[in-house]
Amino acid sequence: MTTAPTVLVLGGGSTGCGVARDLAMRGFDVTLVEKGNLTHGTTGRMHGLLHSGGRYAVSDKASARECIQENRVLRRIASHCVELTGGLFVQKAEDDDAYFEEKLQGCRDCGIPAEVLSGREAREMEPYLAKDVKRAIRVPDGAVDPFRLCVANAASAEEHGARVETHSEVTDVLVEDGEVVGVEVEHKSGSGPRVHGKPGETEELYADHVVNATGAWAGQVGDLAGVDVEVRPSKGVMVVMNSRQVDTVVNRCRPKGDADIIVPHETACILGTTDEEVEDPEDYPEEGWEVDLMIDTLSELVPMLKDARTIRSFWGVRPLYEPPGTGTTDPTDITRDFFLLDHGERDDLPGMTSIVGGKFTTYRLMAEKISDHVCELFGVDADCRTADEPLPGSEDAAVLDDYMDAFGLRSPIGRRSSQRLGSKAESVLGDWQGPNPVVCNCEAVTRAEFADALSDSGTDLNAARLRTRASMGNCQGAFCCSRMAAELYPNYDEPVVREAYDELYAERWKGERHALWGEQLSQAMLKYALHATTMNADGDPARLDDPVDYAAFDAGPDAVDVDAGEGGDTGRTDATADGGRPIRDEAGEEVDDADS
Amino acid sequence: MPIREDVLVVGGGMAGATAALSAARTGASVRLVSYRKPTFRQASGLVDLLGYVPERTDGDTSGDVEGGTDGSGSDTGGRSSGPVANPYDALSVLPDDHPYSVVGDDAVREAFDLFDEVAGDLYVGSHTDANALLPTHGGTVKPTARYPVSAAAGVASDDRSMLLVGFEGLTDFDAPLAAQHLRAAGVPFDVEGVQVRFPIRFRADAKVTRYARALDRDEEAARRRLVSRLEDHVESSGAERVGFPALLGDEQPATVREDLADRLGVDVFEVPMGPPSLPGMRLEDRLYAALDEAGVRMTTGNPVVDYEGEETDEDAGSVRINAVLVDHKNNRVPYHAEQFVLATGGLVGKGITSSRERVMEPVFDCYVPHSEDRYDWSRADAFGDHPFARFGVVPDGELRPTTADGEAQFENLRAAGGVLGGADFAAEKSGSGVSLATGHVAGRTAGESV
Repeated sequence: MTTAPTVLVLGGGSTGCGVARDLAMRGFDVTLVEKGNLTHGTTGRMHGLLHSGGRYAVSDKASARECIQENRVLRRIASHCVELTGGLFVQKAEDDDAYFEEKLQGCRDCGIPAEVLSGREAREMEPYLAKDVKRAIRVPDGAVDPFRLCVANAASAEEHGARVETHSEVTDVLVEDGEVVGVEVEHKSGSGPRVHGKPGETEELYADHVVNATGAWAGQVGDLAGVDVEVRPSKGVMVVMNSRQVDTVVNRCRPKGDADIIVPHETACILGTTDEEVEDPEDYPEEGWEVDLMIDTLSELVPMLKDARTIRSFWGVRPLYEPPGTGTTDPTDITRDFFLLDHGERDDLPGMTSIVGGKFTTYRLMAEKISDHVCELFGVDADCRTADEPLPGSEDAAVLDDYMDAFGLRSPIGRRSSQRLGSKAESVLGDWQGPNPVVCNCEAVTRAEFADALSDSGTDLNAARLRTRASMGNCQGAFCCSRMAAELYPNYDEPVVREAYDELYAERWKGERHALWGEQLSQAMLKYALHATTMNADGDPARLDDPVDYAAFDAGPDAVDVDAGEGGDTGRTDATADGGRPIRDEAGEEVDDADS
Repeated sequence: MPIREDVLVVGGGMAGATAALSAARTGASVRLVSYRKPTFRQASGLVDLLGYVPERTDGDTSGDVEGGTDGSGSDTGGRSSGPVANPYDALSVLPDDHPYSVVGDDAVREAFDLFDEVAGDLYVGSHTDANALLPTHGGTVKPTARYPVSAAAGVASDDRSMLLVGFEGLTDFDAPLAAQHLRAAGVPFDVEGVQVRFPIRFRADAKVTRYARALDRDEEAARRRLVSRLEDHVESSGAERVGFPALLGDEQPATVREDLADRLGVDVFEVPMGPPSLPGMRLEDRLYAALDEAGVRMTTGNPVVDYEGEETDEDAGSVRINAVLVDHKNNRVPYHAEQFVLATGGLVGKGITSSRERVMEPVFDCYVPHSEDRYDWSRADAFGDHPFARFGVVPDGELRPTTADGEAQFENLRAAGGVLGGADFAAEKSGSGVSLATGHVAGRTAGESV
């Protein structure tokens, strides 16, 4: 029996999952570790644009060519993650004609199908575009669900024998005799004390090679190994709108700048973005002016955005990299190309390769390149098959056609659920036993689909949320947080359900705070009322330390009959003499309870 | 002939209905103008007075100040202290700007007396000053002052053993989970839960109103068949009372409940639920019947968009409202009155609205205090001490909205209910009570001023 070389992949984003899949398909024994959920880092925090390459067609033609190539690959292998919205580069009256021509020529030079539309034609496609739109270039941009894509890659890697460990943070890189031999990880339970594995345990994982695919975190992993990886994390804001104000990706056709793209995504639109270098990829300011900038600037392009409803905002950090000594000051000017750093060649520390820079659309190509490199290191002769073999869920596009009656779901629910599940729809929805009610109305997620997500994500409702989009719609969990948590029962006990609910509720609130005005503030108050007033989740005795003195409260008008077994209609008014808790005045002094 | 009344109430929720009733009782002629459906169907139907006295984190603190997390052990913040047993005792510790402090304890009692009279046999709780703890569909208990008679057998201070029943397709109430949660909340009785299939097959995501109607009409002998599915569970659990999600009848709730109780041989009750809330809608029906009986005229479905006023004393800057303008298909129709009551609700009912820059009261543009930085409107903890929850107009001693200088903005406008600031009804569990108390006072004083 021969033993396959072992490879440890660090990072469960698109690159890491892509590398794990590729190497597993080529016969390596792969383990992937990720400190949070899959997509925990940058992959889960982007606008979901599937580049046509048009954005780079002037400034970076090499990247543009890669984009259009990978755009075509993903449409083929990941059809259930991609929506072919098309894209427009829109020129307003004040925008430069020369740049427009340059963009058009660039697209043609790079093999990106590009067609010029008049202002009128553009507005026929997208009626909410500003009236002074002069013309537009139509390109094959699209929207992609990064969560679904990442999870599908991880699932494929597992099908090919890989081990995927989430909630496992790398705490050390093991170096022996001047060579990286593995890493130490600490298994965590996510951000709450819940059930994901064996919380608190550390494990040393040894491998023949380590691939550092931690993106914006690559510098931190480099530090653990004692090498410099000069990642320059750059943050960008994404503002989520309540509906699809546009159905096409809308880009502003001008050289560069913040707030120049609108991506329709599922039921929403995402406005992006900014580009600001930050020190720490996990600790940076999320500021209101960035939200305002998106709305104010992009409403020049689509005026109705000015008064439209935003439901939340989030930030992501790009893992930008430039070779030492390049010295670019503006992060917008740093190349979007990716770099493969073999630390043996570069730092005389064999056993580890880092991959940095790059962009989501070309994740597969990056994975292919690094897998080629690993093959070369081990003298393995195996072809890359990731561009040809569909991802799990996209094997058979035909199942999407007969979703409606087959699973007994009303058409919008059936359609959206089937689209998310792709070729898994039949097994997930079709084989479901028992009633299959909708758990999340905004995103049309049924119990069967949610149960399928929970089978992957354990008690981490945020992970199940990413897989299904449950609680990501307009109500931001107002109606579904508690339902989602209840779906954990009876596989998990009530205290676990309660903590999972609290964690999900807190996570939703974090992003919603950036959208608290107008309709969404009204919605947030309703959500607060449903959870605090109707359910009393904030005053729950089960969540508080002090026990409640039930005897101090009204036991009903007939309580005397029940307790004493004798007649009388006076009720039990004397039960109120002793309050459930001492009354305090504002200064915190105890006030005597008045006897009733 | 122009529309003219003594008192005109804008808003048809709990506060508006109470104001109209109290005004009508002074002998005034009253009209109630409402636009959107009131929020009864979104509320559980419990009528709260004061369940908690939350600690405030006052001052111009940044939005990132931690809320009260002491002892909560959760990620969401939450209250640090337990429920108030006697709400009347707790009124005295509320801050001066709280609506209860403005109207005073006696007015709160009067308002609840009025409610008891109107609600009649539909509600329980008037036999005591104490709060009751009622099970919620989330599985915890909640302090409240008045509860629907349909929920009465569920009170948590009653030590009879309980069986909760959920339906498999109804995602808002998982009975075994709720039972386990109630045990964690330390309730003084044994409680079990069971999920069963409703005897009639509905579409998978049928609304509670569909279940309720089937029970009303006893479609396909639904009640008998439901009971036959439960008899064994009731017997094996030894339960002395059985709770269902609040869907036991839409039009015939008493009949449905009594029939199930008779067949099961134990008391039956409803666990209040979120929207659409049948107990909330039953209360709405009762209040509107009382308004009708009191001779209150109603105009529904049209928004009040503006007003006509005149300055009555130039030096003092006093303004008197002559009429509100009601939008009827883009025609602005004036509704005249001597006195006006603003009861348009808070953020949920859109009596208070906001933009990125400011928070406002849209009909009369009353002053609503708020920080200039919208990030100060909320706290980082999901259940933190949110300033937005207390947004609203600032009343003077007669409930008249004031300007930033503290002067009454109009001589003849009073405000009631959620449009008033100063109370976080969600944290305090005080929403209905504030609406009753301020609605009663605003309506009565408006009527007496005619």
